[in-house]
Amino acid sequence: MKGGGLRAYAILYLLFLYAPILLLPIFAFNSGTVIAFPLKGFTTQWFAQMVGNDSMRRALGNSLTIAVCASIFATCLGIFAARASTRFEFPAKGPIMGLIMLPLVLPEIIVSISLLVVLLSLGVKLNILTVILGHTLICMPYATVILSTAFNSLDRSLEEAAYDLGETKWSAFRLVILPLVMPGIISSLLMSFTISLDEFIIAFFLAGNEPTLPTYIFSQLRFPKQIPTIMALGTVLVVMSIILLTIAEYFRRRGIAKTGAKDTGGFL
Amino acid sequence: MTTPASSTAAHRARTAAARPMIECRGIQKHYGDYHALRGIDLTIRAGEFFSLLGPSGCGKTTLLRTIAGFEDIQSGVILIDGQDMDGVQANARPTNMVFQSYAIFPHLTVAENVGFGLRRDPRSKAEKAAAVEEALEMVGLKGYGKRASHALSGGQRQRVALARALILKPKVLLLDEPLSALDRKMREQMQVELIKLQRQVGITFVLVTHDQEEALVMSDRIAVMFEGQIAQLDGPEALYARPTSRRVANFIGVMNFLPAHVLGDTPDGVEVEVPGLGRVEIPAKNVSSKDPDDEGPSVGFRPEAVSLVGAGQPVQGRVTEGVIDEVVYYGDMTYYDVRLDGSASFDGKARPIRIAMRNVFGREVQDVGTRAKVSWSPGSLVLFR
Repeated sequence: MKGGGLRAYAILYLLFLYAPILLLPIFAFNSGTVIAFPLKGFTTQWFAQMVGNDSMRRALGNSLTIAVCASIFATCLGIFAARASTRFEFPAKGPIMGLIMLPLVLPEIIVSISLLVVLLSLGVKLNILTVILGHTLICMPYATVILSTAFNSLDRSLEEAAYDLGETKWSAFRLVILPLVMPGIISSLLMSFTISLDEFIIAFFLAGNEPTLPTYIFSQLRFPKQIPTIMALGTVLVVMSIILLTIAEYFRRRGIAKTGAKDTGGFL
Repeated sequence: MTTPASSTAAHRARTAAARPMIECRGIQKHYGDYHALRGIDLTIRAGEFFSLLGPSGCGKTTLLRTIAGFEDIQSGVILIDGQDMDGVQANARPTNMVFQSYAIFPHLTVAENVGFGLRRDPRSKAEKAAAVEEALEMVGLKGYGKRASHALSGGQRQRVALARALILKPKVLLLDEPLSALDRKMREQMQVELIKLQRQVGITFVLVTHDQEEALVMSDRIAVMFEGQIAQLDGPEALYARPTSRRVANFIGVMNFLPAHVLGDTPDGVEVEVPGLGRVEIPAKNVSSKDPDDEGPSVGFRPEAVSLVGAGQPVQGRVTEGVIDEVVYYGDMTYYDVRLDGSASFDGKARPIRIAMRNVFGREVQDVGTRAKVSWSPGSLVLFR
């Protein structure tokens, strides 16, 4: 068979990537308390336990609040940065954009500790808000990159045309630019949401007494009794991610179909 | 082309007496170190079809964009219909623009695109819809309103862009290379339609183009620009027949140049000695004295202003003999390169001249290397001194 070696490599590679994730639902529905083969029997009790677990619900609520806020903040700031960098020339543009991208390459632990030091010395109380700030910081580079691509693909004369037809700079932006970069905005929101939802280090340092989902899961790993519940939680998160990604892709394709542009890539 | 010459002439006569619509006075524009516009003085009259013609980078688009209000100017004044445009933003100017890319809003339908500028119009929804339908009908897109704009062809997009700009009844319509994205057939068709449309709406059109043929076909007057300056401003016929510099002559069509010795002024013009042509008196209106290059005086003439005389054909004007160097057959036309006898008498350099002959039925294409008679008349020569 042609390319047999490469095919085997690809299959092994995919197995290595996804087999662990496939194990999640298997053990989530396994009635045994130990995470090991052979499987005991089918049960949904871990899901019931998860739903009934107050502190887990609280962690989930915190994580969702943080992810929603951080993704909105990062996307709004990303819109400003992307618009400025694609549309205008200004002094020190390169260094400024570099600074925005910096959290992408800085070790997260360094970012977390620096933020912690600054916040503590300012006397800020650690809570959800501080985590939101931290997550906004690390989501900004992703949002800026995604949105810059969206803004860059726009014909500049579209905006001028709207302006020429009597609109103000702001209404031209609202009526023409915003609808056309909407797929980029949705991508940016979802990307930031996902990054924030599973971020551990910043949440661990800056959350104070408020647990987020990752820090909660980490704290529960010490108790073997809790592990099946964590498996159930993991299963729910994987299913949610797939649904979210599908929705995002649906909107992206619909946006492209509406403007008649050529489909270049995407998530799926 | 298909517009009758008489109506064009009448239109030109009307607009020649019309009030000024756009007045540019001493416009200077710099982009950093780059001097894009170097003192533009220009008056465009109401109802005129005016073209800014020049090679890329000559500042024609910049000038159009300063009129539209998209670019600031460092000094100078722009008046539109007598009003100073200083401090007036693009959205408040009585101009609308058709962009080179057409800038059709891809997320809106054809009708929404055309009606975009009516958003602040106090009229009722039904009245606006009627206005949109009327504008679409004017550009030949009746019934296209509900279509998605991204599904349109190039020609249709251009019509939508035209309707979108004209629905606001601007005083001036600015067109930035509107035909450059179309194929040749479509372009020729749109040229004619644009002229008709302009006569119909009576709005001043200012067209930017690098295509000399397009400018000649459509315009009442043309400003030829080089390096941020206007080199010549004239009607199409004058521009073609009597360019005032070799540069303009070379940019618009093809022109033959032969060196000339100026012998002296006569009551009706200038007498010159031209190798190959002999002594010629150039009429005063064909004498241009502001040629910027240093090549010395020369005479110029268009390839179709001279003709080959076949055996036994009657001769008009003066006749010179020569040898055919090259023959290029184009179907409707044949181009001959002819070395005139004595054309190298100045400095030993032979300068073949190009002659364009229409291929009339029964006239044979002549061969390379044969001797030929060339007839010409002094009135078609232009002197650059």
